[in-house]
Amino acid sequence: MAHTADATVNRFPVSRLIAFLVFVAVVATAGVQFYQHRNFREPVVLGPGVTEVKRLSDYYPALKGTVNDCNIYVMDSGQPGATFLIIGGTHPEEPGGNIAALTIVENAQVKQGKLLVAIHANRSASTVTRPGDAYPLFFHLKAEDGAVRRFRMGDRWANPLDSWPDPEVYLHYPTRQMLAYMDVRNLNRTWPGRPGGLLVEQTCYGFIELMRQEKVAGMFDFHEAELEYPVISTIVAHETAAPVAAMVSMMLTAEAFPIGMEYSPKALHGLSHREIGDALGVAVFEPEAPEPFLDRVRGATGEELLLTGKDEFVQKAGEHKLLYEKITPAGWPINQRVGRHDTTFSKVAEIWTQMNPDKPLVVEGVPQYDELVAQGLSPFLRDPAEAAPDKVVYE
Amino acid sequence: MQALVSLCYYAAVLYFAILLFWGFLRAKDFQRGVLYLVVLMPFVLRILRLK
Repeated sequence: MAHTADATVNRFPVSRLIAFLVFVAVVATAGVQFYQHRNFREPVVLGPGVTEVKRLSDYYPALKGTVNDCNIYVMDSGQPGATFLIIGGTHPEEPGGNIAALTIVENAQVKQGKLLVAIHANRSASTVTRPGDAYPLFFHLKAEDGAVRRFRMGDRWANPLDSWPDPEVYLHYPTRQMLAYMDVRNLNRTWPGRPGGLLVEQTCYGFIELMRQEKVAGMFDFHEAELEYPVISTIVAHETAAPVAAMVSMMLTAEAFPIGMEYSPKALHGLSHREIGDALGVAVFEPEAPEPFLDRVRGATGEELLLTGKDEFVQKAGEHKLLYEKITPAGWPINQRVGRHDTTFSKVAEIWTQMNPDKPLVVEGVPQYDELVAQGLSPFLRDPAEAAPDKVVYE
Repeated sequence: MQALVSLCYYAAVLYFAILLFWGFLRAKDFQRGVLYLVVLMPFVLRILRLK
């Protein structure tokens, strides 16, 4: 008996040492991956239309040195006209939004008016993925010459490492409407923002300052949505944007793809399409493209689903009429989703110019839906290795 | 104020991480020791500001 007890005592330290080494290995492996994801720099090739790269802190200096001091790509025609702002990456788990913004930066040329683009509006949210949901840390797309470009996958909310702790209940400023606690880190629940607030509130305030100083007339906030969610394949528009959005909805549905138009709800606060329009009178358009990756009934949550939008479980839900958008075995590939955003923007610029001839916005070279569906994203993504060093910046 | 709250939060995380590691060292039962280590992982990742 004594012999057995001694054996147990002697064996346990060895077992404990092995357990500790396994612990160190797991923490180190996970830690290295998290570190690489958080610190990965995405290259952006400045297209022919980019005239300057600014920072959000140029408009609101309090953001200088923070993770959300994102790049602002200025595309100025030098000709009088309207100034528009495009933001991608409000929710970095909806990568069709930031890739659409990227394709505009790398391809478009503004002939009249001025365009400002933020690819990662909530940069902090692009440095973390959703705990417990097994998101891939990165996704990859082929560029024009076959080179593979790597992008960070992100989350809906800013990284808790950058904004913590959350309040028990988030009181939206200035309405004091009660919202879910984590939405104080959600860039689409914190408009119009406030100076001295938490990180994402300050980020929104920075964009408000940008729009005020640049006299922005129109604004795009690119999003994607799960097919189980009713606000999908549509343009959510503030009243100031409604005439243009309604016309764009009709024309695109007739010419390219079905897309609806919805008024921004007046009673739900913190959203870009409500607060920016109310605060500044800017015409706000928020297009929503379908992204099966976000559906709760999805299967394996990997890069393939993110890029192809194919999922048998989501499709089965569609067969049972549980979705608000159709899905076929072809899925909803990312090039199609980006095409919807890019073409919606192009059409808005066209209709805006017709309705506001004294404030035109003429943009050429934006990848179009039919091109993106036929050719994929490759022809519209530049290879940073082939670009001149002074034409490459990092996100 | 926010910085002070964050500092207190990280101090609390460190405190619980030390308690968990101490629990692991003192555990008489092997499975309980492993359980302490599993629970300790997110605390370590948070202190190192990795996740």
